[in-house]
Amino acid sequence: MLEDTTMRNGESARAASADPGPSGAVGSTPRPQTQGNNMTMADESIKLEVNDLNLFYGQDQALKNINLKIPEKKVTAFIGPSGCGKSTLLRCFNRMNDLVDICRIQGNILMDGKNIYDKKVDVAELRRQVGMVFQKPNPFPKSIYENVAYGLRLQGVKSRRTLDEVVERSLRGAALWDEVKDRLHDNAFGLSGGQQQRLVIARAIAIEPEVILLDEPASALDPISTLKIEELIYELKNQYTIVIVTHNMQQAARVSDYTAFMYMGDLVEYDDTDSLFTNPTNKQTEDYITGRYG
Amino acid sequence: MKSWFKSGAPWVWLNGGAVALCMIMVVGLLGLIAVRGFSHFWPSDILQTTAVDRTGETQQVLGELMRKEVIPSRVARTNGYVVGEDVPLVTRYLIKEGNRDLGSDFNWYLDVGMGEWTYPDDAVQIERREWGNFYGFPVALREDGEVISELGDEDFWSELQQRVDRSVELHHEIQHKEAVEIGSINHSMERLRLDRRRLELRGVSGQELAEAQAELDAKREELNADYRAIKAERDAIYEQNTRDSLDVRTVEGLEKTIGLNNIVRVTRPNAMGVWGKSVQYVDRLWEFLTEKPREANTEGGIFPAIFGTVTMVMVMSIMVTPLGVLAAIYLREYARQGTLLRLIRISVYNLAGVPSIVYGVFGLGFFVYFLGGNIDELFFKASMPAPTFGTPGLFWASLTLALLTLPVVIVSTEEGLARIPSTVRQGSLALGATKSETLWKVVVPLATPGMMTGLILAIARAAGEVAPLMLVGVVKLAPSLPIDGNYPYIHLDQKIMHLGFHIYDVGFQSPNVEAARPLVYATALTLVLLIIVLNLTAIKIRNSLREKYRSASD
Repeated sequence: MLEDTTMRNGESARAASADPGPSGAVGSTPRPQTQGNNMTMADESIKLEVNDLNLFYGQDQALKNINLKIPEKKVTAFIGPSGCGKSTLLRCFNRMNDLVDICRIQGNILMDGKNIYDKKVDVAELRRQVGMVFQKPNPFPKSIYENVAYGLRLQGVKSRRTLDEVVERSLRGAALWDEVKDRLHDNAFGLSGGQQQRLVIARAIAIEPEVILLDEPASALDPISTLKIEELIYELKNQYTIVIVTHNMQQAARVSDYTAFMYMGDLVEYDDTDSLFTNPTNKQTEDYITGRYG
Repeated sequence: MKSWFKSGAPWVWLNGGAVALCMIMVVGLLGLIAVRGFSHFWPSDILQTTAVDRTGETQQVLGELMRKEVIPSRVARTNGYVVGEDVPLVTRYLIKEGNRDLGSDFNWYLDVGMGEWTYPDDAVQIERREWGNFYGFPVALREDGEVISELGDEDFWSELQQRVDRSVELHHEIQHKEAVEIGSINHSMERLRLDRRRLELRGVSGQELAEAQAELDAKREELNADYRAIKAERDAIYEQNTRDSLDVRTVEGLEKTIGLNNIVRVTRPNAMGVWGKSVQYVDRLWEFLTEKPREANTEGGIFPAIFGTVTMVMVMSIMVTPLGVLAAIYLREYARQGTLLRLIRISVYNLAGVPSIVYGVFGLGFFVYFLGGNIDELFFKASMPAPTFGTPGLFWASLTLALLTLPVVIVSTEEGLARIPSTVRQGSLALGATKSETLWKVVVPLATPGMMTGLILAIARAAGEVAPLMLVGVVKLAPSLPIDGNYPYIHLDQKIMHLGFHIYDVGFQSPNVEAARPLVYATALTLVLLIIVLNLTAIKIRNSLREKYRSASD
């Protein structure tokens, strides 16, 4: 996998040439970046590819020379202790870090072979393709219906029939339809936390993204709601590429196909979930998943 | 004692005492205004007695007791009254005797030498359109000069009441004809005159001018015909209204005839029970709230002032809300946070502390004379040299107040925007919304409670403001309301009346202090109530908005 990445780096030398010296120093830490001889990955078609990504908040480096590939229509989980950079990495995929003034990025991320950090990329368009669900449910101060229809209305869809169809399909897709079909026009704040989170997922899939980013989607929820979200993730991976950040290792083990362990801004180990949890090759990974720190 | 101090109990007492003091002051203030303001409309009994005046002569007195005072007898003596040296204190009574046309009205009488107080059933208080109240006894009712009923006749009072009602109704008809119908014709005439003047200014000449003028003349002739017709109708009603008259006698025995067309109300308080007085009370209160003022604002109602205040506050809200909200959105959402922005913000906050009269001066100098003058120059040339917007008026008063309350709206809106969780913004951005889409579809709706808070504070401040208004558009007596049935319906250039200024005017500029005194309290009470009503409405709207967006700001 490491070789593969290097080769791709050569291909996209134009974008990668921005990669300056200083990050090379960081990248040259003795710790291997990606571990595990992942044979299954070769069979997957790759949706997202991160090449030599370095991210700085002012003077602090939050991500150090990250290289990884995210396969299409699979669930990829990022785990690691708080502040390890997993959420930051997730936010790179839909360029949410652009909102932070002091954030600086080197390297590139390819989606279907195209650099999303290219100057020509329309960020709004990118975010339509890469949906995101946040840690805390954040419905808009509108009705359930309008929440789901929001993204479509932004795209200028006015037809009532189209909207009705999409809203129903999305809510069914988010396993929320049966609970809210009789009160679609009630305020979304009337829903429970778990329902709100599924509504937010419905809102994200309503605009038919290719990738869905989940930033600790169940951390603010009770166990039953968490279970529902996990079942939902399992359903969704048939259609979407899913990247999930989680604190909860059991959750990562349950829902993901691939897992990346991050520590202090480094990608320590990346492998298919079974291998990583049963047979970690890195000492730090082993310590973390066995609960010795983090 | 030492342990008592250590326990912290004194602090609790001190804090509690401060709160109690505040409460006493607030309740006392409102209570005083409410009692004095409300009691003015209660029909008090008419007192008849005799009193000795300065010259030692005994006088017949008939009127309402306004208040009493205890004064040292020395003061009474220096005022020329005959009071024995052995009496240290004397009581004096202020009696409202009315009959201004006969030279009485308000008089002080000492209790020394005062006769017995009686309350004769037949004593009447007649509210007149001119010369204020009349106190005395009715003698006979006349129709076209012939006596048709005398005091003592069984149906005298009902007959009188019926005829007074009729004449009041006729009076209202006349007023309607004058104010609305003739007012509308005058308005049209003025527009014709302006049309003609505009033709001249445009330099139209020859055939075209002659044709246009002929057309205008025809219209004017039509209006003139209408005017004559309405005037004839009005005169006819006026004539009808002079039919009845009432012979009255004062307590001193002077006979007098009052035309019923000059009478607003005849009251016989001594013969009325509590129920009758209550009905009368409501009637008077209603008149106060819905009628125009009479007699240099010392009588009648304050409706134009209420209407002017509300209109001005509305126009101000319409101007200040968008301006303040847009400014706050720019400051909070778009502007680069830095030294310059901090400077601007401090300046805006400090604007709130500028004395309001300064805004008045600015409004007069910049808005009225500069902006208004130029607007007249550009758009209202036809009516020059009479200014349209180049003179104080509703629009400038509202604009000045909008400027005055702008900081409040900006600060509240900014706080409202700052309270919106960033996750909501990110949620919208993550769906592919641009910054402005996020702002207008998600953030601004969520910030509406904050904006409403600003508006509430702005209304509270603006409605009670007086000083700047005196310079930019509020007058003692406005001839017509700023909103009526004549195009363009809202007359932004018109001068208005205002409750705050009305209090000042009635209280300090009135020719008749004693008559004006209760009106000051009643008007102050109305102003306070009006502000409370405006605020409660705004607070209700804000609370329902808060309820709607409740958990988003949790």
